Amino acid sequence: MAEYVLQMKNITKTFGPVVANKDVNLYVEKGEIHALLGENGAGKSTLMNCLYGMFDSYEGDVYFDGELVNIVDSRHAIALGIGMVHQHFMLIPVLSVIENVVLGLKENKEVLDLKAAAKEFTELGKKYNMEIDPWLKVEQLSVGQQQRLEILKALYRKAKLLILDEPTAVLTPGEIDSLFDMMRQLTDEGHTVIFISHKLNEIMKICDRCTVLRLGEVAATVDIAEVKDRQQLASLMVGREVELETTTKPVELRDKRLEVENLCVDNDRGLPAVKNMTFDLYGGEILGICGVDGNGQSEMVQCITGLREATSGKIVINGTDTAGLNPGQILGLKVSHIPEDRHKYGMVGPMTLDENLILVSYKQEKYSSRGFLRWKWIAEQSESIIKSFGVKTPGIKELAKNLSGGNQQKLVVGRELERTPDLLIAVHPSRGLDIGATKYIQQQIVEQRDMGTAVLMVSTELDELIELSDRILVVYDGEIMGIVERKNASREVLGPLMAGVRD
Amino acid sequence: MLEFTVNFLAATMRTATPLLIAALGLVFSERSGIVNIGTEGIMLSGALLGCIGSLMFESSLVGAVFAMAGGALLGLLFAFFTVTLRSSQVVVGFSLNIFAAGLTVTLNRLILNGVRVTSYPSYAIPGLSQIPVAGPALFNWPLLVYFALLAVPLSWFVLYKTNIGLKIRAVGEHPKACDTVGINVFKMRYGAIVFSGIMSGLAGSFISMGQLSMFVENMVAGGGFMALAVVVFGNYSPGTVLVASLLFGASDALKFRLLMTPVGIGFSQFMNMLPYVITIVALCFFAKRSNKPACSAVPYRKD
Repeated sequence: MAEYVLQMKNITKTFGPVVANKDVNLYVEKGEIHALLGENGAGKSTLMNCLYGMFDSYEGDVYFDGELVNIVDSRHAIALGIGMVHQHFMLIPVLSVIENVVLGLKENKEVLDLKAAAKEFTELGKKYNMEIDPWLKVEQLSVGQQQRLEILKALYRKAKLLILDEPTAVLTPGEIDSLFDMMRQLTDEGHTVIFISHKLNEIMKICDRCTVLRLGEVAATVDIAEVKDRQQLASLMVGREVELETTTKPVELRDKRLEVENLCVDNDRGLPAVKNMTFDLYGGEILGICGVDGNGQSEMVQCITGLREATSGKIVINGTDTAGLNPGQILGLKVSHIPEDRHKYGMVGPMTLDENLILVSYKQEKYSSRGFLRWKWIAEQSESIIKSFGVKTPGIKELAKNLSGGNQQKLVVGRELERTPDLLIAVHPSRGLDIGATKYIQQQIVEQRDMGTAVLMVSTELDELIELSDRILVVYDGEIMGIVERKNASREVLGPLMAGVRD
Repeated sequence: MLEFTVNFLAATMRTATPLLIAALGLVFSERSGIVNIGTEGIMLSGALLGCIGSLMFESSLVGAVFAMAGGALLGLLFAFFTVTLRSSQVVVGFSLNIFAAGLTVTLNRLILNGVRVTSYPSYAIPGLSQIPVAGPALFNWPLLVYFALLAVPLSWFVLYKTNIGLKIRAVGEHPKACDTVGINVFKMRYGAIVFSGIMSGLAGSFISMGQLSMFVENMVAGGGFMALAVVVFGNYSPGTVLVASLLFGASDALKFRLLMTPVGIGFSQFMNMLPYVITIVALCFFAKRSNKPACSAVPYRKD
């Protein structure tokens, strides 16, 4: 009989009419790495936030170390020995590392002794091979270091059970390997880890057991050793058979659609974000932009689409120099843009679907005449887009914000592709989508390429990039580290480049 | 010339003191993520309540207690609306100013009507105050002046070296992160606002009982807004806030001196504007190194 460190029995959590968790049972053995697998919105984070005391109430029983507990604030969770590394780090950038470590500790004296704390922290870091200078400010740390700091912060609070929420999303392949090493070291010492992820390869590689959540309910709990392949996990997660691979066939290259020459762009803080980038892109190919988030991808795309000014350099789209053109004029050069944040840039939530669908084209004669919109024609157009791109909605008068994430993205993709672009810029096209929607959107992008469109695709998902791209351009700290052809692209080749290591 | 300098320095200190006291309180509430535009109203209420207390008990000490209690109460009111109910801090702050303007006029006409009250007594520093000309003017102050100067290093220590100071700075930067390590964001912000209210009330009482010995309607005359500007110019840190309040005090003192000269009248308006111009220019240069909290004026919602 296994010894359970954590038993969550019949957990139900509702937000108004929305049921996020329904009768969930989660049993975690002492010393194991337990995966929590599920699509976005399946209720993984909600379940863990219940456990970590982020909500005032939940239904069901939680047993920790065999005792019934009712955790309604994080102070209690920490005292029990539960530590959580949130997907969005809970660190304060302007404070020093050690200030972040001791923040909120109940053992703190009124006058802080940071020197003693720093000494203890440094020793802890040495033990796990993750040394961080305690006197640096957190904003000076890389994303990987910040994650290590979060883990050390939890261990400093004597966490026995560590919850890692999508920890690999922000890491390079090399950093992922060292994270896995550390997770093994922790479990060898008797710690327990709950690993939240939707990446099947990683779960197969590192975890002992896996609980699969689907639409807020437990679909299954399985021993990883007994799972035959990732296909099986995917089917459990989605609830039906899914095709994981997207195939592409070779097509002939067309003319040059995008030319970027010595481009330099500053970020919001006025620091250089894109440094001297030069590349070009032809019709009929997908150029993948690969790199950990925040290495200049956003600034580059904003510059190409006219949302941000370049400090120097040249961008030519379809033979036209875009210097001084506004975003509307650039879209007029047969450019389509699937923006990185659909809520912020892609659509207007409180507006209806048909209104959203004409955001770009409302000025065209087909859609309006003498300043009046031609609603009848717009309705016909909208119905047809919604039908051909499979947007699930009660009707075109539904508000965009009421659609699920996948349907919202289909709406944006439908609007952009309907304009038959020469150049398609797709940024994180599948971020936050379930497997079904991801596959659909990837297929649409590949179809565009087959029809001769030039596609610039920014993504942080290596699998997606390797599967779809004809060439992959790797960026690190705003510089191009290399451009890799499809036949040479692999995790092993791309990993070091993403970490800024050439050769 | 010496006499002019001495008088000028003394006037500077007198105008800077209420600014400094209010601004030191504001450093804490601003750092916790609160912008309290209602400071003007709280200072005005403090000025009035100080006089009422002093009149009723013939003691400036009771006046000070009245002023601080009133400040605490108004702070609590502001905190309830902005922290618990998550209303806009600008709207609530402004309402507080309008409310205080009306209330102080009403109470003044009912109770005080320009009557003289016991003001803060002065205490001379032995030795130093014996220096001819400069001594009596520069080393003989009401207790609150000494308190304000002592509060500068004390505030610095609390803000940067203690557990509570760390929590206050953290809450203004990233309240959610504080929640995950078990800090009660609402409690911290309530505390900081009430403390700042107490200091603002005390600062107001210095205007009516330290500079004068009576209440005059609308006598704070923008002092609360100036204190807010002092905090920004002083980059949310006690030491630089001291420098900023002396600078603002000096330009105010200079303005009154200039009013007495024939060329001064137009120029004094220019002087009136000067501290704000300096603040804006300084902000342009130091914007990147600003200590302004990331979540300034953003209500926190736990969900």
